[in-house]
Formats: sequence, C-alpha cells, structure tokens
Amino acid sequence: MNNFSDTIAAISTAPGSSGVGIIRISGEDAFTISDKLFCRNKEAFLHICDKYFSDGESGDFPSMNDVSSMNNHEIRHGYIYDFVKNTDEKGKVGVSVDFIDECLLSKMPAPYSYTGENVAEINCHGSFAVLSRVLSAVIKSGARPAEPGEFTKRAFLNGKLDLAKAEAVMDIINSKTEQSRRAAVSQLEGRLSKQIEGIRSSLIGCLSEIDVSIDYPEYEMDGITGDHSMQIMIDAEKSLKRLSETYYRGRLIKEGINLVLSGCPNAGKSSLMNVLSGYNRAIVTDIPGTTRDVIEEFIQIDGISVTVTDTAGLRDTDDIVEKIGVDKAIDRISDAELVIYIADADSLAEKSVLDEHISFLDSGRTIVIINKVDVASKENIDFLKEFFKDFCTVEMSMKTEKGVENLYQIIKDKFSLGEIYNNSENILTNERHKALVDSALNHLDKAKESYEKNMPLDCISYDIWLCAEKLGEITGKSVSEDVVNDIFSRFCVGK
Amino acid sequence: MNKNNYFDAGECDVAVVGAGHAGCEAALACARMGFKTIIFAINLDSVGNMPCNPSIGGTSKGQLVREIDALGGSMGKIADKTTLQSKILNKAKGPAVYSLRAQIDRRRYQEEMKHELELQKNLEVKQGEIIDILTEDGETIPHVTGVVTHTGATYKCKSVILCTGTYLKGRVIIGDVSYSSGPDGLFPANSLSPRLKELGFSLIRFKTGTPARIRREGIDFSQMEIQYGDDVIEPFSAETDKVEIDQMPCYLTHTTAETHEIIRKNIHRSPMFNGSIEGVGPRYCPSIEDKVMRFADKERHQAFVEPMGRNTEEMYLQGMSSSLPEDVQIQFIRSIKGLSDVVIMRPAYAIEYDAIDAQQLKLSLESRIVDNLFFAGQINGSSGYEEAAAQGIVAGINAALKLQGREPMIIDRSEGYTGVLIDDLVTMGTNEPYRMMTSRAEYRLILRHDNAEERLLEKGYKVGLISEERYQKFLKKQENIKNERERLESTYISHPKMINGYLEEKGSTPLKSSASLADLLRRPELMYSDIKEIEKLAGIDNPCEVSKEVGDELEILVKYEGYIKRQEQQINQFRKMEKKILPEDFDYKQINTLSLEAREKLNKIKPASIGQASRISGVSPADITALLVYFKEV
Repeated sequence: MNNFSDTIAAISTAPGSSGVGIIRISGEDAFTISDKLFCRNKEAFLHICDKYFSDGESGDFPSMNDVSSMNNHEIRHGYIYDFVKNTDEKGKVGVSVDFIDECLLSKMPAPYSYTGENVAEINCHGSFAVLSRVLSAVIKSGARPAEPGEFTKRAFLNGKLDLAKAEAVMDIINSKTEQSRRAAVSQLEGRLSKQIEGIRSSLIGCLSEIDVSIDYPEYEMDGITGDHSMQIMIDAEKSLKRLSETYYRGRLIKEGINLVLSGCPNAGKSSLMNVLSGYNRAIVTDIPGTTRDVIEEFIQIDGISVTVTDTAGLRDTDDIVEKIGVDKAIDRISDAELVIYIADADSLAEKSVLDEHISFLDSGRTIVIINKVDVASKENIDFLKEFFKDFCTVEMSMKTEKGVENLYQIIKDKFSLGEIYNNSENILTNERHKALVDSALNHLDKAKESYEKNMPLDCISYDIWLCAEKLGEITGKSVSEDVVNDIFSRFCVGK
Repeated sequence: MNKNNYFDAGECDVAVVGAGHAGCEAALACARMGFKTIIFAINLDSVGNMPCNPSIGGTSKGQLVREIDALGGSMGKIADKTTLQSKILNKAKGPAVYSLRAQIDRRRYQEEMKHELELQKNLEVKQGEIIDILTEDGETIPHVTGVVTHTGATYKCKSVILCTGTYLKGRVIIGDVSYSSGPDGLFPANSLSPRLKELGFSLIRFKTGTPARIRREGIDFSQMEIQYGDDVIEPFSAETDKVEIDQMPCYLTHTTAETHEIIRKNIHRSPMFNGSIEGVGPRYCPSIEDKVMRFADKERHQAFVEPMGRNTEEMYLQGMSSSLPEDVQIQFIRSIKGLSDVVIMRPAYAIEYDAIDAQQLKLSLESRIVDNLFFAGQINGSSGYEEAAAQGIVAGINAALKLQGREPMIIDRSEGYTGVLIDDLVTMGTNEPYRMMTSRAEYRLILRHDNAEERLLEKGYKVGLISEERYQKFLKKQENIKNERERLESTYISHPKMINGYLEEKGSTPLKSSASLADLLRRPELMYSDIKEIEKLAGIDNPCEVSKEVGDELEILVKYEGYIKRQEQQINQFRKMEKKILPEDFDYKQINTLSLEAREKLNKIKPASIGQASRISGVSPADITALLVYFKEV
C-alpha cells in the first residue's frame, strides 16, 4: 500500500504563465505545514520574528498559526514567506524573513476536499518563478512533491471519484491544450458514457430477444428474427468503428502532433521554426550546420498542440557532433506524425543528395516546402516541383512569410483539424476505453461470423454478451441484470 | 403457546422444517451423510407438493435438476418415475440451452417422494408445525439448540434447516376475498415469522400466484393445438436407465378479444390493481390481467392445458394465473378458445408470504447471525421447485459438513446454475421471487445439461452422496469420451470418394482431400450418428462402441470447441478473483478508502472473496481497487 501518511504538494495549475497560479497541499499535515509559511499581517509577523532573532533563535521558527486558526472552508488573504540564510557584508551568516508573494489561502479539511484529505490551496501570482519559490517553501516546511496524478489517485482511493471520472481528470491534467481539456470535460459529464450506453442497450435488446426465446421456448414471439439481430449488430459495429477511429484524432488532441522539420543545412528550417513559433528561438545564421542538435517548440494550430522539432540539417558530415545530430534527425523523421522537408530553391542541393533525402521521406506524412521562392529561379522551382511530385508541396519564402497561411491550411487539412474543431461528436481519448471498444468490436465480429456460419443462437449470443460486457466496463454496468430486466419489460411471457 | 407447555420429545442432529422440494432434498442429504434427521411438515399429505404447475425442468431448471442428481439428490429420479410427458426444449437453439422438461403426475410424485423419505435410514418424518426455534448464546452469535412444534413437542438438535416455502404468514387472495392460508388450502405457519424477526432476520413480503384448474370434460380439444412429447424420453437422472411410458399430450389454445374485454371491464376488482396486495410479485409470472393491461396491443395470449396426473380429470391452465374474483375468472376462462363449456375445479389465487433477506446468509446457506441455522428454498426469495430443491441439497450437505467439522461445499458460478442461484440470492438479494434463467448465467456454454456430472459429481462423491459404483461408472464414461475424441481427431478419411455420396445426401460439401472424422463432425449439418455411417462407408475398422449420451456430449465438445475453450479462459479469470479470500469477520468501516456505500454493503454481506465483493451492487471498480490495495492483493 502506498504511504498515505505523508503530505504532498504541487503546482496544480498548468505550466506556462498565467495571471494566477495555485499550489495545492494535501495530507494530514497540510495545515501545520501551511502555518510555517503563511501570515495574515506582515508587520505582526515581522514583530515576532524580531523578537525570535533577538532572543537567540531558540526553538522552531515563529509562526502566527494563521491557518490553524482559520475556519473550515475559509479563504484568507495573506503573505507567503520563507526564512532564508544570508551573509552580511562582514561575512556573518544569518537568517532573515523573505516575503515571496501576496496570496489567498483556502482551507479544506478532510473529508470535504477534492482528495478527501486535509487540503490547503495557495492562490498566488502565476509566474513560474513565484510558483516554484512558493512550492520550494512548502517542501522545505515538510511536504513532499506530488507525483503526477497523485492528487487524483488519492481522491480515487478515498472514494471521491469513480474510475471513469478519475481517468477523465487524469486526462485533464495531462491535456496540453484547450480543446483536449474540452474533450476531457465532456467525457466527465458523461457524453461518451451516454453514447456507449446507447450502443450497449441496443445489444442488450438483441440479447434479450434471443434469450427470451431460449428461456420461454413455449411462447410465441412476434418479430424476433435472426436478421433483426444481424441488423442490430451491423449498426452497433458501425457506431463502434466510428468511435474507435476517433481515438487517433482524440490522441492527437490530447497528446498533440509531433512535427519534424528537416532538410539540407541552411535550407531554412530554423527560420520556419521561428515563423511557426513566432519568435527567435533557434539560432539562425547563414552558416550551414548551426543547428546541431534537436530543438523542440510547442505551438498551437487551431487548438491542437504541435510539438515542432527542428533537426540538424541532413548532410554527410565528418564533424562527430554534427553526425550524431544527423542520425538523430533521421530517427525523428521516422517517428513523426508530420514531417516538413524544406528544399532550398535558390541553391539547389545535388541530385544525389536529394535522392538520398527522398529515401527517408514518406509521401503520406510529409509536406515539402520549396523555400526562397522570392529569390529563386523559375527553373529551379519547377525542378523541385517535378522532383517531389508525389508529395504535397508548398512554395514559400521565410523572409517574406509568403505561403505561411497556405502551410497552416495544409497542416489542418492533413489532420482534419477543422473537423475535430467543429465537430461535437464524441472522441475517444482514453487508452483503456479504446482497448475496450476494440475488444467489443472484436466480439461483434465473432458474433457476426457465428451467425453467418449458421451456428446456434447460444453461440451467437455468447459474443454479443461479451461485446455488451466490454462496453459495460466503460459505463460500469452488468449485462445479466440488464438482459433480465429487458426481457420482462418487453415480452409477455410466464405462466 | 405458553413455553411452560413445551415438553421434551426427543433429539436429533438436524431438524428440517418443511417437506417441500427444498426440505426433502435437505433432509435426505443429511440423513444419507449419517446424521439423525427429522423432517417436519404441516401436513404429511403435502410432502413434495406441486401447488403450481405439474411439471419439472425447463430452460435452466432442467439443468438444476441434473445438478441435483449429480450431487446425489432425488428430484430427478422421482421425476423420471412419475413422468407423464417429456421433451428436450431448445433443440435448435444450441447446446448450452438444451433443457429437459417433463410433465409430472403430481400425486404420484408426492407419493414417491414421501416413500423415499420414509425408507431413508436415519430419517424420521413427522407431521407438525414448527412454532419456535430454540437458541443459546455463543461467543459472538447465538446457535440453535432445538425446535418446538405447535403441540409443544420439543426436539433438541444441533442444526436446523428452514424450508418454509410459501407457508410463513401465508395469505391467499382471490379477488375481494382474502384469508390466512398456506398453499393448496393447507394451514399457514403463523408463529415462526415473529421468532425469526426476534432473532434478527429482516423479513420481506413476496407474492406469487397460480392459475385455475379445470375439468377435462367440457374442454373442446379439437379447437386446440395438440403438443406431444419426444419419441424417446431422456431421463433426468443418470441412475435412471430409461423411461418407457405412454405419454399424455398437452394442448395449446389462445385467449380471444372477448377475454381481454372481460378482463379490462373488471380490472378495478383486481387486488393487484386496486392496491390490496402488498407483496411483490414476480415479473416472469405475470397474471393474465397483467399481460392484458401491460401489453394492450397484443391480440391474443397463449394458454396451455396440461394434465395433472393419470388418475385425475383435473387440468392445469398454464399462462392464466390471476387474482381476479372467481366470477370474473369463470367468465374469462369460458371466453378462451375451446373452453366455452369448461368447469373450474379450483380457482386461480395469489398467495402472499414472508421470506428473509438472503443477504443475511453465507454462500453455504448458513445464516450469519445464528450459528447452525440454514435456509433453503422460497424462504430465501427464490421461486420454483427446482430452485428450491437445489438450495435444499446444498443446505443439507453444508449442515452435515459443519457437524462433521468440515469445510462447506460451495458451488461457484462457473460450476453450476446452483452456484449462480445461490450467489445471486446471497450477494445481490432479490426484490421479487427469483426464477432461474439462462440469461443469469454468464458461463452458460459450460453449464450444460449434458455435463452436470463432469461439473459436480466429484463434489457429490466427496461428501458421500454418490455411490462408489456410480462414481466408477462416471470415470469410465469420462475415459470413453476422451478416447473416442482422440480417435475422431486422429482417424482420417483417406478415400473421400467412398463417402462423398453420403455427404451430398446430407447437404454437406464433398471432400476433395482427406479429412479427420472430427473435421467432419465440426460441420453443423453432420451429427455423431452420421460419423458412424461415414465410418462404415469408408471401411474404418472396429470403431469403439460408445453410448448415446457419450455420443451426444462428444458432438457438443467437438462442434463448439472454440466457444467452449474461450469460455473456459474466461472462467480461469473469474476463478482468480474468487480465490482472493476476504476475512469473514472484518469491519469494512476501517478502510476509509472505500466509498461509504461500499463500506455499508460490504459490512452487510461480508463477501467471501474479492470476486463476490465485485458483484455486490454499490461496490464500484474503484472500491475493488481500494480493497485490493488494502489487502495488498495488487
């Protein structure tokens, strides 16, 4: 069993700068720990500190106990402080009080909190520097840094969240962008459950039709035919397949697209990176081979997070460091969801080099940018267009930003991002759900096969049952009870 | 009765209260396991009574009878002796759901069962209503010490098995008339309910009903569809060689528009509709007024006319149970096709009775609040003769095992319908009389009626209810199945030409190259008997002779091999969770990672394993994870 006696803390707002950030502290000692770093009144606190230092610093650091004295579920305004060691001009080491930030602190005692434990939340300014200083003060006062998802895990183990909710919350935590947060939230509200429940209940209906004829063989049933069961299976299969297919897009929403930039040295990869990310991040020079390692940047295109990796230019090199960079670049290309290959139209690479490069590239997931069209000759441009004729090509100029909009559009089209953005259909984002839906589909397939092979009803219903059971594992329902209920509500049987 | 009037009437090891289908099997099991047993009935002429339909078996219930037989019970044997007509149901719907059902001569069944009890060594059969259960305090909970009859006769005993059927505070309702009564006009048992309450059992009020009995003379069978039994009767019991009788037919007829009209016009007089019945009735046994009102668009409903016995003119009218007043019954029954001149001999009635909440029991059917007090049959909230008998034999065996100081015999959900039945009742409880259905069994491809012995005979043998002779016969049969299966897999038809004519005749694709006999048997259109023919045509020598039952079972095992294998894998998964044992006396309140509802439910039911816990409603997968974490089972 995990050690739940310790108190954990973490920054619980998403990384990145925002107006307000939250540090959450959860565990039995959440309030005593908070007492060690929070005070309501600066002057009063400084006053007792002075006394403490002048008295010879005996015992624990002073505290106003401003958290212990709070009412449950109260929010208090105050200051976060830390005792810091410093050295004065004479080289004497001393301790002084450092006020980190002004904040609001809320107190939520067990079991009426998110995790079901004592929870204190500090709302302070959102800059990463402030948040990390507050967090380190909390850790210094006795908390342990929380592992990813540990708050939710505790909430789950304390019976505050059911499994599906906990999973959805984990997805919220892990989601990088607004849209994936929305997908996670709607799942939390049960839209996915509702859709799956709809499919499942049609299968339950199908099962109860089969079972009523088995359990009440002497009774005549109107309108129950194998063809009807088959139709239900076909419809369910269609819906489930669609749902299963959303997982790929769902995963893109959740995890983002992995985009790799490649091309000859100095073809303009780093410039494109800067164009895409909007500021100078990579070192852009005119000296070929400047980017020796991979550089990553996160950008958003219509709410989808895209991890852009800038790789070293692809060229045969004797420089050992650069060679490692080139090998890495080739690895990255094979893992990427999308590769942007940049060809310099102004100074064409040798045909043999291009031939080698094209062998790394897969036309299905590569966009070729013909760069520097503002200065290149038409002949060169046409040559490249012809050379990459199996690829999707975009003519661009990094300098004039010509073609940037066009590139965005092509990326969006490639991943049907517009579709995801506008569509309100359910999207599978959770791996467990995806596995269950696929396993349900597998059983449906077997049931159809049994039907086509003229197997008896109980063999057909076996897989329909398992299919419904798998779906029930997503929504938390048991098949047998539902079939029995359905039989009695729909059929007129019995002595 | 004043306690001063109690007198010492003797002693025994086990007292069985009630001699219906549960009580008979329970008493026989205890006596056969060597314990001095007394079985009490309110009226000895009601032993093994069938106050409702005169039939035994049916879908999933036929399987239960076979299971009782494999454990060494008597229901199957006696049903075989008293069959009027027999049929295998669901022949076209697949091997898992083939089920045997027999029409039974009701009086003959009672006579045979009573005689079986009387002939049983160690068993005394007594008439008497039990009005009190004597207990003594134990270390944590009380234990039983005796039972008292209505005359004050006190019998000391070590264990008590309660099988009170529908007798507890029984109340019969026919329209506006209602009176205190047991089934079939027998006395009710009014004193035991308060005593059970006193002991801490929560009582629930259930309702069931039975249709009218009509006189054969006056029925126009020419307007009905006649229904015969199977040409060759397959017995319930493995110990019955064969059943050769002159079978009696049943008849199918239908209600008419007039029937529905009469019922609608009089619905206000139905106690179900005007609220004077408080008990909860089963949905699977709807009264005809229920069917007419709930399924208003159905133009007609089926009614079956079934014989009650060879020496009686009384016929049972299946499908027409009702609690409407008798005058309305006469009207609507006479509006049914072929019944215009019929005379009702006994009107339909509804009966209300007390049952306990079976969630207060262990899977052994012993109560968790009084030691050595067992419960079986309708008192646990079930319905049906077979369901009762199956619980009866389990309770009887476990009462005896406990006296022997041995572990209880638990049948799990993958071993029998009996296991499903008991697990459902004990783990989930029921809010209506519980009927066995194949839909309740998640492993029904394994719970077949052909393999009840494979599933349970070993258990019956171990507790001493199966004779050495039968056990050896069973082992021999298993060996035959194994050998013959191996032979089918390894014998090839090398000259397809010799048999292709036969295959074509059977609508089966001719062979192009060689194939094993098992390959041929896997074809849906070929039976085991066809394989025998094919062997002859192909000149395969010396095929070993196997009995028909072995042939039938082989056919299923080979034809449905893939499905059976998959279900077996599922069962392995299931057993893993069943093997994670939870402590018997554990206070779940101390696990604060459980939801409040789960803590409450787990404390109420005290599941034996993580598997059982996972089937309790209100215990979520999150709670199971928390349990696993707490008991370090992750």
